[in-house]
Amino acid sequence: MRIDCLLAGVGGQGTVLASKIIAQTAISKHCFARTSETIGMAQRGGCVVSHVRIGDKNCSPAIPQGMADLIIGFEPAEALRNIGFLKPSGQLLVNTRPIIPVTSSLGGISYQVADMIHYLQSTGQQVVFVDGQKLCAAASTTKVLNVIMLGVAIKQELIPFSREGVLQTISENLPAKFLELNKKALEIGYNFQQYL
Amino acid sequence: MKTKLLMGNEAIALGAIRAGVNVVCGYPGTPSTEVLETIAKNRSNDIYVEWSVNEKVALEVAAGAAYTGARTLVTMKQVGLNVASDPLMSLAYIGVKGGMVVLVADDPGPISSQTEQDTRHFARYAHLPVFDPATPEEAYTMIGEAFALSEKYNTPVLFRPTTQVCHACASVETEDERYFNKIAGFIKDPKWVIFPRLSYQNHIKIDANEAKISQDFSVSPYNHISGQGTLGIVGCGVSFTYVTEALATSNTPVKVLKLATPHPFPDKLVLQFLQGLEQVLVVEELDPVVEENLLRLCGKLGLAIQILGKLTKDMPVAGKHSYEIVAAAISKFLGQEQTALSEQTELPPLPVRPPVLCAGCPHRASFYSVKQAMKKAGHKAVFTGDIGCYTLGNAQPLDMVDTCLCMGAGITIAQGLQLAEPDRKQIAFIGDSTFFHTGIPGIINAVYNENDITVIILDNSTTAMTGHQPHPGTGKTMMGNISEKISIENVLKGCGVTFVTKANPLNLAQAAETVTAAVNHKGVSVVIFESPCIAIVKPNAVQEIKETCIGCKKCIKEIGCPAMSAVDDKVTINPHLCYGCQLCGQICPVQAIGGLN
Ligand code: SF4
Ligand code: SF4
Repeated sequence: MRIDCLLAGVGGQGTVLASKIIAQTAISKHCFARTSETIGMAQRGGCVVSHVRIGDKNCSPAIPQGMADLIIGFEPAEALRNIGFLKPSGQLLVNTRPIIPVTSSLGGISYQVADMIHYLQSTGQQVVFVDGQKLCAAASTTKVLNVIMLGVAIKQELIPFSREGVLQTISENLPAKFLELNKKALEIGYNFQQYL
Repeated sequence: MKTKLLMGNEAIALGAIRAGVNVVCGYPGTPSTEVLETIAKNRSNDIYVEWSVNEKVALEVAAGAAYTGARTLVTMKQVGLNVASDPLMSLAYIGVKGGMVVLVADDPGPISSQTEQDTRHFARYAHLPVFDPATPEEAYTMIGEAFALSEKYNTPVLFRPTTQVCHACASVETEDERYFNKIAGFIKDPKWVIFPRLSYQNHIKIDANEAKISQDFSVSPYNHISGQGTLGIVGCGVSFTYVTEALATSNTPVKVLKLATPHPFPDKLVLQFLQGLEQVLVVEELDPVVEENLLRLCGKLGLAIQILGKLTKDMPVAGKHSYEIVAAAISKFLGQEQTALSEQTELPPLPVRPPVLCAGCPHRASFYSVKQAMKKAGHKAVFTGDIGCYTLGNAQPLDMVDTCLCMGAGITIAQGLQLAEPDRKQIAFIGDSTFFHTGIPGIINAVYNENDITVIILDNSTTAMTGHQPHPGTGKTMMGNISEKISIENVLKGCGVTFVTKANPLNLAQAAETVTAAVNHKGVSVVIFESPCIAIVKPNAVQEIKETCIGCKKCIKEIGCPAMSAVDDKVTINPHLCYGCQLCGQICPVQAIGGLN
């Protein structure tokens, strides 16, 4: 198995944790995994990009431009900002709900979500859009957007794991008190088509 | 043996535990912080861990323990080593008994630092060996090697990972077995007392040891040569992984040296590498340390080999490396065509997300109240800042940080400004952890020299920027004990400050009044703004915009809270981000903001 997967989002969305779940699940399947992050100075609200590289010990910590097999965008502008990483034959999963930075309201660049979605539509081999807010509503919390996105990725076969495999990683590595919630979130993601 | 996804810092921490570390001291600093935290989390009862007040203190505490034969680890970021450099330089002469590793994380980019300084220079300057790991999995075993080397030569050893090693994660095989280091105890001996005569003798010893360590490093398993040809590439630290990846798709014969021990330079191994080469490209982040060493060797031996790197502008002199930068330099070096990336059509405009203070952050209120107070009084004050989350107070619309230099310098820079411009109000901001780190001497200096400044202490009860570490004012220790909290107010009074007041910054009117009174006081005055970081307390009721909103956007324009946005002229508060600090409600002219019920 050799996969380069990039996750892009905004600080606070749980992007980094999602990347670690992917990597740890790969390790349980006896694959080598490497991850790295680019996070700015901001604790919350800044851009966060996680690189997950599976199956090659001799790779550098970050995915080269134009080499990602998959991008999981937790936010449309962040997916677009990193689109240069995607292979021409790559796949894309994007939460279409924008997080509008306060700078857009302080006379900065206005946020044109329709244009972004339109652009993303035309990239990669397979593009999957989901409404993260709707899916989170089904779980009654926005805190599980990351696990929901993983559920969608499993269903669409964007990542080569089963729900059981990912759940195993979650139960072994995350606090037990969130296990039920994460399980529910994974199911919601896996059955995302029901919530459209 | 287990295989787990570990962050580089976690791997280093577990590697240190495996190597039998007894005492661990440090001061938080990105990207080094998780090393000490991971040891604290995984320690057995025989390991002692502390956040020290600053890096100098940490290094000295560890040195004391190392005098007894304890294995000690000190952790800090690169600028922290500047603070700790005084004891480090002398300790290089005195030496240690137990293995002592000084972990200093460098930050190419820089991502979260004031400088792009290169700790490998410090190694050379202080005559100390230094390890430069390339990956988390390598760092796990290398830290044990560092302890062993330290004990072999009775010298402190530097361990210098960079951000892309510290914060990257990888599959790491960890071992359950642990080396147990027995502490012999302190034995009185004149060798522990630094005197000019002793320093002279030890200088000679250090020089001899450096030659021996250079030989050891020439056969270190962490350095190796591969490939062949007349062209050579040296990869150092994480850059070695970019070199490997870039060469994976190339057929041109090339000789590669992986170099993990930049000082003392392994001359013997490097000469072996240089044999038969015509040109060498050096790929290293930060300064051309290895490149200069290659030039030295070629000069010394009269080798006609062209050395390319930063000095020849074949590699960028600043910033962090990436695959793209290294691959481009290697293609050029090997005379290969660069495969161009497929052209991207122009992207729609993207919003910027500059770092800002969190929604509900009490620093926003502190800055805003000072700003309002100064505006009202008609003062054109200068606001000196310091290192911490509150450096972000420089962003628009707050715009409240006019200077920022290094830890603790806000208070002292304000004094210099005041001396040169006595009629202007000087207001210094400093956080609670930074106050304990290096703020106190500045306060004493101002009182002693009768300076007229106002200091605003932003006391949020934690070291927030680096991920919420405790400090002397919180009373929590890394051993899980609760000690007596050290009161900032009492410290200030003890330092002779006569005007000290406390206020809650989230009560805007009262906070501004307090600030006005402090600024009007002649001499050193201090306001302690007490309000905890939002990350360590539960949020209050989420606020919402009511129908009575007149759409003036004053709330957004004055404080720029990231929970607020205006879409099509309608102001909204994002309920998932709002912490209910109620600052915006105190700014709205028509009381159109209130709690959700
Ligand atoms: S109450 Fe207002 S200023 Fe405070 S976090 Fe909420 S939106 Fe931001
Ligand atoms: S300040 Fe008050 S009235 Fe003006 S936009 Fe904000 S909520 Fe509306």
